[in-house]
Amino acid sequence: MKYITAIIQPHRLDKVREALGAIGVHGMTASDVYGYGRQKGHTEVYRGAEYEINYVPKVKIEIAVSDGQAEAVVEAVTEAARSGKIGDGKIFVFDLDEVRRIRTGETGDNAL
Amino acid sequence: MTNSGDTAWILTSTALVLLMTLPGLALFYAGLVQAKNVLSVLMHCITIAALASVVWVICGYSLAFEAGNAVIGGLDRVLLAGLERGAAFDGTGLPESVFIMFQMTFAIITPALIVGAFVERIRFGAVMVFSVAWLLVVYVPVTHWVWGGGWLAGLGVMDYAGGIVVHVTAGVSALVIAAMLGARDGFPRSIRPPHAPWMVMVGACLLWVGWFGFNAGSALGAGGDAGMAMLVTHLSAAVGSLTWLVIERWRFGKPSVVGFVTGTIAGLATVTPASGFVGPLGGILLGLAGGIVCYLAVDLVKHRLKIDDSLDVLAVHGVGGATGTLLVAFLAFLPGGTGVNAEGGAMSQLVVQLAGVGAVTVWSALATFVIVKVIAMTIGLRVSKEQEIEGLDFTAHGETAYNP
Repeated sequence: MKYITAIIQPHRLDKVREALGAIGVHGMTASDVYGYGRQKGHTEVYRGAEYEINYVPKVKIEIAVSDGQAEAVVEAVTEAARSGKIGDGKIFVFDLDEVRRIRTGETGDNAL
Repeated sequence: MTNSGDTAWILTSTALVLLMTLPGLALFYAGLVQAKNVLSVLMHCITIAALASVVWVICGYSLAFEAGNAVIGGLDRVLLAGLERGAAFDGTGLPESVFIMFQMTFAIITPALIVGAFVERIRFGAVMVFSVAWLLVVYVPVTHWVWGGGWLAGLGVMDYAGGIVVHVTAGVSALVIAAMLGARDGFPRSIRPPHAPWMVMVGACLLWVGWFGFNAGSALGAGGDAGMAMLVTHLSAAVGSLTWLVIERWRFGKPSVVGFVTGTIAGLATVTPASGFVGPLGGILLGLAGGIVCYLAVDLVKHRLKIDDSLDVLAVHGVGGATGTLLVAFLAFLPGGTGVNAEGGAMSQLVVQLAGVGAVTVWSALATFVIVKVIAMTIGLRVSKEQEIEGLDFTAHGETAYNP
């Protein structure tokens, strides 16, 4: 099993959800996060003064999938989240040791 | 004899001017600070409003408006002694209670304007002590000089609604206390941007509407002077806003909400001393001048002098008020204007106006320096670095503005 985390542009969240639904992914967690990458944030101007915004708003999504589905999920997120501009984000893939559905106690692929 | 029409308008104006502070100015300033200092700014404004009201009744009103000498008024009206229910105030159709109350709202907003200089780092106790001392040592005497029959009134200085009395006193004092207090942690490189520009806009719009009471109410009656003052006030606010918008669009490519409403306040502060003396064209020109001059002043104070007058009290209020005070010497001759007091015409009046601005600038700076010095040596001026980083809302008031 794989645990996939992606940092994406907030306005791409709905497209990513649609793309994942289309390939049969049934669950996802999304959170509002702040961060920076190579651009080190951006600047805003108030009353002629430039303010450095070191952390820009992003959305983080987390998905747990079976080994066979992982590649398709990475492809789907890449496709849906890409605008081609700086700040589109990154996808991280981890090995996932165990999953347990709290209600039934099921484990492994059955719990996904 | 009291006049019901005049009285009705000044009752209304009094409510409008109080609305400028509560909550107009409070929201205007609170939106400009970080989310961890919102409540402290609101608290500064509302506490000053309550304190100034009490000070005004105890002795402020008497020392400002009771006959005395050229420098300070008398003490015969301490605790409003001799106030009668029905008697009209000298030369007006207003019951004296209404005049006292109207002037009280000016004594409230003037020290509250200074809050913008010391936000996010000052001790709450220092705010309270400073504001009371400042009212008695700066605001009250200057009010007497200009509006209470003092020496500047004797020279024929023209200040319709408080360009000198309100905006120059507050602006100059703001710069002095900001310089003595020192900059906020991280100034100027890593200061956080305004936490809620929408709140700045709401506050500025309450100020805009409330300013009708401030300027048109300063006619002390309901007639042609009040009507013209309202018209020119509104025009100056509109033109000041548009001026700032155009400058920002030209320099930075995008017109901002915070910039627009800063232009609004610049236009309003600039028209204030001239509001009863100019016509519509004067109002438009004052808005244009206020927008340009105050924009340059913000840049000068923050980026060249590097003084953390955090919310630009000197640059927007002080410089705007002084600009209008000087320009009225010329603009009062445009159509719809009243002309000037000085018999020698515009240039003679300009000399008087310069004397007024200059004397009040020196007095405000000196007195503020002494008050702040005494506070720094006794109760202390500034919070600890830890408290500053954690924010004044929790460390000074035990509350937080935004809770999950």
